[in-house]
Amino acid sequence: MLRYAVKRMLGALPTLFLIITIAFFMMRLAPGGPFDKERNLPAQVEANLNKAYHLDEPLPQQYLRYVGNILQGDFGPSFQYKDFSVTELIWGGFPVSLRLGGLAILFAFGIGVALGTVAALNQNSLTDYLVMGTAMTGITIPNFVMAPLLTLVFGLYLSWLPVGGWGGGGIAHSVLPIVALCLPQVAAIARLTRGSMIEVLRSNFMRTARAKGLPERVTILRHGLKAAMLPVVSYLGPAVASIITGSVIIEQIFGIPGIGRYFVQAALNRDYTLVMGVTIFYGVLIILFNLLVDLLYGLLDPKVRYD
Amino acid sequence: MEPVLSIENLHTRFATPDGLVEAVNGVSFTVGEGETLGIVGESGSGKSQIFISVMGLLAANGRASGSVRFRGHEILGLPRKQLNRIRGARMSMIFQDPMTSLNPYLTIARQMTEVLIAHKGSSRAEARGEAIAMLERVQIPEAARRIDMYPHEFSGGMRQRVMIAMALLCKPELLIADEPTTALDVTVQAQILELIGALQRASNTAIVLITHDLGVIAGLCDRVLVMYAGRVVESGPVRDIFRDPQHPYTAGLLRSTPRLDEAAGARLSTIPGQPPNLQRLPPGCAFYERCAHREAICLDDRPELRRIGEERKKACHLPHL
Repeated sequence: MLRYAVKRMLGALPTLFLIITIAFFMMRLAPGGPFDKERNLPAQVEANLNKAYHLDEPLPQQYLRYVGNILQGDFGPSFQYKDFSVTELIWGGFPVSLRLGGLAILFAFGIGVALGTVAALNQNSLTDYLVMGTAMTGITIPNFVMAPLLTLVFGLYLSWLPVGGWGGGGIAHSVLPIVALCLPQVAAIARLTRGSMIEVLRSNFMRTARAKGLPERVTILRHGLKAAMLPVVSYLGPAVASIITGSVIIEQIFGIPGIGRYFVQAALNRDYTLVMGVTIFYGVLIILFNLLVDLLYGLLDPKVRYD
Repeated sequence: MEPVLSIENLHTRFATPDGLVEAVNGVSFTVGEGETLGIVGESGSGKSQIFISVMGLLAANGRASGSVRFRGHEILGLPRKQLNRIRGARMSMIFQDPMTSLNPYLTIARQMTEVLIAHKGSSRAEARGEAIAMLERVQIPEAARRIDMYPHEFSGGMRQRVMIAMALLCKPELLIADEPTTALDVTVQAQILELIGALQRASNTAIVLITHDLGVIAGLCDRVLVMYAGRVVESGPVRDIFRDPQHPYTAGLLRSTPRLDEAAGARLSTIPGQPPNLQRLPPGCAFYERCAHREAICLDDRPELRRIGEERKKACHLPHL
């Protein structure tokens, strides 16, 4: 299993290299630059700045320099937050984003699986239609609509929760962003669980479990759920990817000081190094998580072997 | 003596989008202490559905009515909790396809010990010991090591042995075997049947053997029920039925069994036609369309299962075949 993990990580290097290359050139293709402001800088100042950041070199040379620096672990200074390196900014925002995203995934998985199982056990009943109807709504409403709606209702009209900010990560401030972030995933996971559970409930081994006279709880949880979880676990990879992209929007909307917000602002400010840093960081995160999911899959399905 | 299982006028129906399917139509019989009863019939004759109903395993669209008594107690329609005290403990069932009937995600140990833990309140260690002993009884080599494996690490025959071992853990009074050898190689089939026979002799468990293979019945059973279109058409001691079948369907089934003592190249006999549609059973004899001996009365008047000898019954208007 360790060998497999190492092999997979090595296999991810070309992917990562591709991400770096594409992101680098796309960023530079976008019009404007990091030092464009409403008020033009004196030409000499701008030339000096460009020289200091090697922006005056031909693009291929800049690219090679950048890749060379990365290989030494240096992601460069931020163009916007001049006192900080990109690495410092990312590590500063990561705990906040991790908390937000991690809780969102955890809730999405727990609530989604529970709802999907209940719906499957009551297939074609009112409960089923209610759960699946809500799930469908959850999937169709994008989170950039859901977030302002939630803010409006629970923040403004009802005044139950703060409309934004992070408040140092207090529970009250976390509720709405986490709900907005995990709702579409709760819905997707509930639907996936329901479908997979319905299939499992009809399987021969479930009939055997019932014929053995096991309590219904044991039959469902021990025999059914593990089998029904396989497609859900494989969905966790894509789910994490969409939680990450979702967090970019949600952090911006709620004004949460995580990586996502840096990403949006960096892109708008043409903060080349910060955009690159965050892109690479997200890329690594997704690759790592997909590997984790595959390893988890092997734990669930004894037929999967890593050799 | 009170029979282990007595079934009276059992009906099993399925509501489908195309209408009601009548899979079992008023079946009555008993299974006595230590008896081995064979139930034979072609696919769709309702032979499995009888016991799926008995075990409370019907699909959501299925309904069973009539009476099923286990040791005198009505168990049809019993709440799941009460039924769970009987099934898997005093009455257990093994299924046709050993490849899919075991849970692929749990070890054999888990799947066996949970039966003992649920029914007898055994500790995990006790249950494990008993499970290993039972695996040894069904001749699984290296049972103590193999018990920690997953089903996919076993062959089909081995898995069926595991299923049998699992069914016998609580020393049931009744074992229902639904086509236990159909999915297996011929050589393995013989081993499994031999095993069931040996276990039966050793434990005096009553066995119901559901099959479409007359050879299986001949080798193992005391008595046989022949089913057609959800009804019993003939019943009696195995030897009598094989020697002197009285229902045209039974006779047809026996004739269509390949024999070694026939001349090489002899044509295998078949029963012409198809079984009737279970959604629209004819008012008369269900076998009418395919029967070589049919008479005018058979078309509208459905023959009841009646006594034709000390231990024999048949559902046919013909006095003799």
